Amino acid sequence: MIGTSTQAYIASVAGESTVHCRGLWVLPHLNAVERELAGFSWPAGESLEIDCSGMESMDTAGAWLLYRTRHKLEQAGKTLTLMGLKAEYSALMGMIEARGTEVSVVTLSSPGWLEQLGANFFAHMGQVTSMLAFVGEAAMAALRLLANPGRIRLRPLLYNIQESGFKAMPIVGLLSFLMGVVVSYQGAEQLARYGASIFVADLVGLSMLREMAPLLTAIIVAGRSGSAFTAQIGTMKVTEEIDAMRTIGIAPMDFLVLPKVFALMIAVPLLTVYADVAGVLGGMVMAKSQLGIGFWEFLDRFDDAVKLSSYLVGIAKALMFATIIGVVGCFQGFQVSGSADSVGQQTTVSVVQAIFLVIVVDAIFSVLFSWLKI
Amino acid sequence: MVSEAIVEVRNICTRFGTAVVHENVSLSVLRGETFALAGGSGCGKSTLLREIIALQAPVSGSIKVFGQEVLGLDDEAALPLRRRWGVMFERGALFSSLTVLENVGLPLREHTDLEDGLIDEIAALKIALAGLPPSAGAKFPNELSGGMRKRAALARALALEPELVFLDEPTAGLDPLSASGFDQLVKNLKESLGLTIMMVTHDLDLLWQVADRVAVLGENRVLGIGTMDELAQAEHPIIREYFYGTRGRAAREQTWKQK
Repeated sequence: MIGTSTQAYIASVAGESTVHCRGLWVLPHLNAVERELAGFSWPAGESLEIDCSGMESMDTAGAWLLYRTRHKLEQAGKTLTLMGLKAEYSALMGMIEARGTEVSVVTLSSPGWLEQLGANFFAHMGQVTSMLAFVGEAAMAALRLLANPGRIRLRPLLYNIQESGFKAMPIVGLLSFLMGVVVSYQGAEQLARYGASIFVADLVGLSMLREMAPLLTAIIVAGRSGSAFTAQIGTMKVTEEIDAMRTIGIAPMDFLVLPKVFALMIAVPLLTVYADVAGVLGGMVMAKSQLGIGFWEFLDRFDDAVKLSSYLVGIAKALMFATIIGVVGCFQGFQVSGSADSVGQQTTVSVVQAIFLVIVVDAIFSVLFSWLKI
Repeated sequence: MVSEAIVEVRNICTRFGTAVVHENVSLSVLRGETFALAGGSGCGKSTLLREIIALQAPVSGSIKVFGQEVLGLDDEAALPLRRRWGVMFERGALFSSLTVLENVGLPLREHTDLEDGLIDEIAALKIALAGLPPSAGAKFPNELSGGMRKRAALARALALEPELVFLDEPTAGLDPLSASGFDQLVKNLKESLGLTIMMVTHDLDLLWQVADRVAVLGENRVLGIGTMDELAQAEHPIIREYFYGTRGRAAREQTWKQK
């Protein structure tokens, strides 16, 4: 049949200018309706009537489809008359017609790769400068506080020491013990080959005290506490608590940042000492079981091999790492903007950046100490 | 008007620990009406709303929506019901990582098999119906003002062509001008879309202007239920205080003048 089209939702008879819409023009059926409309061959005449009396139900989405179809045909030069629309749907259709011209899909235009590259570059440069500004601001606030120690907020300081230091003891202890076991185990085989088993005390002692313990502690603290600082400050920023604090006249620097940074500066060196002990203990246990070196023998050699300076180098590094983790964690918290997504992103950045900086600084220290022959 | 109950709440009791919130609360919302839950802060209005939309469970009682019991439904079982109603939360609860257009389109993308282009158009239409300019579609929720955020939330609530819409404090935090714009918007949408609306509010203007029937909650129970005119005659001291305080009087006089 030429010119005749009969489908579930829309139909026409050959030679007539009336198109019948029928069935359910509602959201669950809309996909089918749209497919039929796309494949529908409209009668040839200039002026058409759309008869909606067979339409059982119509919702906003269905009405929109009808409006859109009509609009398209009218732009193609046809004249359309809508008829037979049920009373309850004509109000809906009226509203769509009133608003229809305002409907336009506006989406974010995504920038080209060059623009993206430039934007990323400037964003990162901006972050470097604002990080430096933050460090400066924190240092000034810290000096002011140290000049007037009565203003140090003891309660948040102690709370943070408990949270970041005391509560990290089980995990730090366990991991450094295992690290001691690993170092000792790896060394034992090589040393035994040269008959130099006793030097396992040098190996474990120096590597744990100088490198492993501070680094391991710093990484755990960055993951546990650095992320927590960012998430806490970031969420407070989203809920405008930081603004509220400023309004009341409490400097967020004094109230949020310094207690956290100071707490880490106290807790991380202490944790490192504890990690030293646990790591050497792990090494001793392994030395006894693998190489048959007794505890007293091990400690005797340990005393000769490890100088006080090695121990102090580890502690000094820990102090440095603590400052980095605290400052980065808080800084990234302040970088959060508006959304829940942003809290997650900044927390990730905070941990990655803190660990990155810790390792870079560790490398710099190694070079520095070998120059200074410490 | 067909007086079929769409929401039926029977003998709801709610307790948080030892604090009693509801004691035998019963009410029903009829098809096609705008029903409001009113009452002072902390009287359990929002809690009751959360119980009806199956986000929270009361200690005992029964809640039927569209004739189906909602209590004890898990998320999967509640889905067919949830697709038939839309909820506008008090603070909008728009997804902050999506633009407004994506927010409104999300339920469509999730629950229909429409093409992306059509989904965007329908979402843009809902945004226009909610009285937002098209440019708002490309914005993120945190770039919008409070009033615009409410409208965007309403657009999302309307995305799946619901028969029933729940509005939690639709005008709270809006300036009087935006609030009365919202009154009008709710009225228009209700008439042209044939919605049933259940809202929680303590905005007296909204109660007078939009609500067909109002239930006043207080003292853990329903203190009064009826049209605003009926409630204005009620004897209960809390209701009287509610309607005849300075603010209540002003809202009532305004309605009288308009009539």
